[in-house]
Amino acid sequence: MPITRPPDILPSEITPSEIYRGRREFMRSTGALALAGGLGSLAGDATAGAKLAGTRPGPYGTSEELTPYKDVTTYNNFYEFGTDKADPARNAGSLNPHPWAVQVDGLVKRPGHYDLDALLKLAPLEDRIYRMRCVEGWSMVIPWVGYPLDELIRRVEPLGNAKYVEFTTLNDRARMPGVRSPVLDWPYTEGLRLDEARHPLTLLAVGLYGETLPNQNGAPVRVVVPWKYGFKSAKSIVRIRFVEKQPESSWMSAAPREYGFYSNVNPDVDHPRWSQSRERRIGEFFKRKTLLYNGCGEQVAGMYSNLDLRKYF
Amino acid sequence: MSPRQFSLLKTALFVLCLGPLANLVYGLLSDALGANPIEALTRGLGDWTLRFLLMTLAVTPLRRLSGRNWLLKLRRMLGLFTFFYALLHFTSYVWLDQFFDWGDIWKDIVKRPFISIGFASFLLLVPLAATSNNAAIKRLGGRLWQSLHRVVYAIAVFAVLHFWWMVKIDITQPAIHAATLALLLGMRVYWVLRRGQPKAA
Repeated sequence: MPITRPPDILPSEITPSEIYRGRREFMRSTGALALAGGLGSLAGDATAGAKLAGTRPGPYGTSEELTPYKDVTTYNNFYEFGTDKADPARNAGSLNPHPWAVQVDGLVKRPGHYDLDALLKLAPLEDRIYRMRCVEGWSMVIPWVGYPLDELIRRVEPLGNAKYVEFTTLNDRARMPGVRSPVLDWPYTEGLRLDEARHPLTLLAVGLYGETLPNQNGAPVRVVVPWKYGFKSAKSIVRIRFVEKQPESSWMSAAPREYGFYSNVNPDVDHPRWSQSRERRIGEFFKRKTLLYNGCGEQVAGMYSNLDLRKYF
Repeated sequence: MSPRQFSLLKTALFVLCLGPLANLVYGLLSDALGANPIEALTRGLGDWTLRFLLMTLAVTPLRRLSGRNWLLKLRRMLGLFTFFYALLHFTSYVWLDQFFDWGDIWKDIVKRPFISIGFASFLLLVPLAATSNNAAIKRLGGRLWQSLHRVVYAIAVFAVLHFWWMVKIDITQPAIHAATLALLLGMRVYWVLRRGQPKAA
């Protein structure tokens, strides 16, 4: 199932979030074992987003069943808020992503400082449903809102010697309790080759489920690179820098044997400590086979035709 | 402590030892284990296996330090609960996580050091659990039985490594367990060394 055709129904059109949250609440409170009642989960809505108006269907996406909003927003790897997957939802309330600005610089003709409003108005917002495959062996289907990162890139006009793009996540001890512990080299950085960054599937995302991004999902602005393992999609970005040499990401410097620069989803190249051949789709019991490039091969395989995927993992 | 009091204590401990399992099963049925309940259950059972193992290894030092010899009579139950949780942990991996995909399970055991060592510690637990009864002690004789059960020290080291090699990057939890194990084993080493030395005048 390649990511090609536009979705039949837009998540932002069909079920307003108040209603599906209400439904979940209803199902929970009527469930035989839900003795605690229905008030418990209201606290989880503290970081929920505001509606993003005027989004339109994007040219790419999958029609697979969406991972429920609750799972997308409570099972996250965002080490700036703690290393447990429940930590970001618990701790990201302190992020307070307003005001926000992204510095775009390096080897470009028109470097700039983009505040969030400018970014939101830069290009029409699209709904795009992508699979997200974590390097840990699980996956989700997430309806993102954003536009191709290339919309921004072409406006800043990269110079001829710009070959790579480096993304930097906010690094603020006061707002991100997790950066007090040295599990990774802060700030979190990630990188893409320029052609990967300009690929039409690479998204600059500002929302999910038709709303602004919850803090724990990388508010207010992040990238989404659907054919790479999830950690390549940097969250809460404050800087986008164009460089000549391949940047070293936080995960590469933490464990160079385990995390390479490319990190394309590949069922045939295992993580040194675990298999990547299958994945558990969140909400499903049986594992699925993992697809090369997370099912985006038709669009992206051409970029790697001359690359030894085992060597450049 | 009177025999009646002790048997009450033993019953209470037995029920207490089932608490973590009850909690995980309740979490599973009430959808409280988060977005990935199979992972949460498997890891929760693994966490408790390691905790029971460390509790079992804490009995001897506690008895020595406190002088309460009846503690020793609780050790077998804790050891058997260690095996019980290890068996459930392994079952959860084979059944829920891998769904009896023996090919993949075998590859995991052979290729993934953290799984190899976890599997080894599980296998080593089997003879210990099988001989945790008075008849086996009689049959084997105290000395042989004791040497066999010293394998638990290797099992504990393997179990901590299994945890350590599994975590992605944050080794805080494995390190806490490793430090606890080092303390429990270190006390034994200290006592053995001291016994070997002539008493100070």
